[in-house]
Amino acid sequence: MNFNEEHKKVLVEPLVDNNPITLQVLGICSALAVTSQLSTALIMSLALTSVTACSSAGIAFIRNHVPSSIRIIAQMVIIASLVIVVDQILKAFAYEISKKLSVFVGLIITNCIVMGRAEAYAMKNPPWESFLDGVGNGLGYSLILITVATFRELFGSGKLLGIEVLPLLKDGGWYVPNGLLLLPPSAFFLIGLLIWAVRTWKPQQVEKAEFTIMPAHGEAH
Amino acid sequence: MEAYINLFIKSVFIENMALAFFLGMCTFIAVSKKIETAVGLGIAVTIVQTLTVPANNLIYSYLLKEGALSWAGLENVDLSFIALMACIGVIAAIVQILEMVLDRFFPALYNALGIFLPLITVNCAILAGSLFMIERDYNFTESVVYGVGSGFGWALAITAMAGVREKLKYSDVPPGLRGLGITFITAGLMALGFMAFSGIQL
Repeated sequence: MNFNEEHKKVLVEPLVDNNPITLQVLGICSALAVTSQLSTALIMSLALTSVTACSSAGIAFIRNHVPSSIRIIAQMVIIASLVIVVDQILKAFAYEISKKLSVFVGLIITNCIVMGRAEAYAMKNPPWESFLDGVGNGLGYSLILITVATFRELFGSGKLLGIEVLPLLKDGGWYVPNGLLLLPPSAFFLIGLLIWAVRTWKPQQVEKAEFTIMPAHGEAH
Repeated sequence: MEAYINLFIKSVFIENMALAFFLGMCTFIAVSKKIETAVGLGIAVTIVQTLTVPANNLIYSYLLKEGALSWAGLENVDLSFIALMACIGVIAAIVQILEMVLDRFFPALYNALGIFLPLITVNCAILAGSLFMIERDYNFTESVVYGVGSGFGWALAITAMAGVREKLKYSDVPPGLRGLGITFITAGLMALGFMAFSGIQL
């Protein structure tokens, strides 16, 4: 269980430089759906990070013993078992939140981050590195989720984790909540803007244009 | 009958899988660059959804639900906790079977759908269809209607998205927003459009 520069890179890189949501386009479904409140986003991040880390480690353990033709099924079984454990734990200890997350806990099974990291990293690397890679990608996902959820809950209902931060006008305060932020489309806008912000900060992530507009006549002279 | 039409309309427009619940987003964003591929994937999703939701409904209500095993003399067995595993297993199996059947009997369709079929196993819209069916306690007929409706709604959304993106590539987008960013914003505007359907009831 040593920890050197290489391990640190594996852990930190997915946070911004190779973020699963803004760059690898993985695991977007749940990122959009559970972010109308901060508490659900936190629980979801925790659940996903632990599943990704454990499944990556588990898959890395058996990577040399699984024939490649049945590897998808083997990965699925490991991931599905871990998700069932998480689901049962949530139902036992955080029933309210588990009701709010409804099917999205189950959907961790098909969350592309878990499968994507299993295929891309855990099948080729030892367990400890894979575990760190899972934690790193889980944290990268959590970072986006928590940012979006903070915005949506704070400006959509004036609260954070259910505690009033901006006193609402209807309760005698001054803040008029922006109802749009609680509706589904706002999640798309926020993630789009977030991607814009990240890519302005790190211009090497900008995608190449498929089509460039020719300069108008006379402009070149 | 009216209730079923209502459920169909609801699952296509009001509770659209892609734009109201954000399901199948990864493929929705990744495979919506061309209309032809989007239509192909949309058809494949509709077929698989139509088969898997009713199949999972039968398995859940006759094998897994609390007390469902009473025909075998096991009244108090509740297997609903393995529903997740059962659903994903059924989906993987049906996709595999569908792939073999298409390959054997409809080679033209198989070649058209080819690469998309395996992708569908990990499309969360498919698994979510089955999980919503369990959560909302649909009966068999309702599950058939819901399967067709939710698959069709997803197909509709991805086709519309591909249409927008085909035109969008000629526009001058700020560098940071190019590609993924503007796609998200477009999807947001489409979701806003689909919200206009909410409240419609027959």
